[in-house]
Amino acid sequence: MGWIVGIAKEIWGLFVDDIGLAIASLIWVAIVWVGARWLGQAAGPALFAGLATILLTSAFRRAGQ
Amino acid sequence: MIDFAHAGPPALAAFLASTVEFVEAATIVLAVGGVRGWRDTLFGAAAAVGVLALLTAILGPALALIPLQVAQIVVGILLLLFGLRWLRKAILRAAGVLALHDEAAAYAKERELMLELGGRGAGFDAIAFGAAFQICMLEGTEVVFIVIAVSAGGAGLMLPASIGALAAFVLVTAAGFILHAPMSRVPENTLKFIVGVILSGFGAFWVGEGIGVAWPGQDLSIVALVAGFGLLSLAAVPISRMRARRAVEARA
Repeated sequence: MGWIVGIAKEIWGLFVDDIGLAIASLIWVAIVWVGARWLGQAAGPALFAGLATILLTSAFRRAGQ
Repeated sequence: MIDFAHAGPPALAAFLASTVEFVEAATIVLAVGGVRGWRDTLFGAAAAVGVLALLTAILGPALALIPLQVAQIVVGILLLLFGLRWLRKAILRAAGVLALHDEAAAYAKERELMLELGGRGAGFDAIAFGAAFQICMLEGTEVVFIVIAVSAGGAGLMLPASIGALAAFVLVTAAGFILHAPMSRVPENTLKFIVGVILSGFGAFWVGEGIGVAWPGQDLSIVALVAGFGLLSLAAVPISRMRARRAVEARA
């Protein structure tokens, strides 16, 4: 059974290293989802800009620790 | 018939990501086999490959039953989280904030563990089988996920992604048989950086498709997303290095 627990941990670890990065990314996707109707053609660039900002913020915060 | 412009990126992403995972698995298999013998080690690795092939055969067609929009959102989010995680780690490793993954050290550590366990009889070696099975299942599960994830964007992408992963498997297995040593010269962090960029781009695109984003230029947006993540991540490396240096100086 040990390997099943190991795989479960490994699968979780596949997606989540910095919990803040994961949660912020999900929240930003949800915001763009809700706002996509009003954002129109700007929704795609807004999705990218938010995700890139979240990624860089997470990396810089870790680097500065 | 799917064209190369659509089949190429998933195949390349699956090939590069799978290479990283197979190299990590091969390191452990080589260490276990070198100490405890090859028969049960390779048996364990083959058993894991068999289980994974069965999983893929079940999950692949099942994915086709899910409505495309739902698959794009779910798999896109998973792909995005996976890609951003790899990219963040690759940035921090390239900046020297995190240590690079060392295959030679992993190989030496596993060899030491296998020697400590000792007591290998003439019969079935459960330790060799279990160690090889576990690492191949762990790394192989990641490969299966990657193949399924990069295939989720449309019909017909599973085949090129599977070919990419299979090519990586053949390449790494052949290299392992020839070298009989850890593949420590494979530039793992560079591969992870590239794969992180590609997967983040694909993930953002498919999530966007799923939530109703009208991408300018449609599929061509993937190229722009990959380029955007790539350029920003490259720029982030020296900035991360500088921030780490300042943090060290502030503590001194």
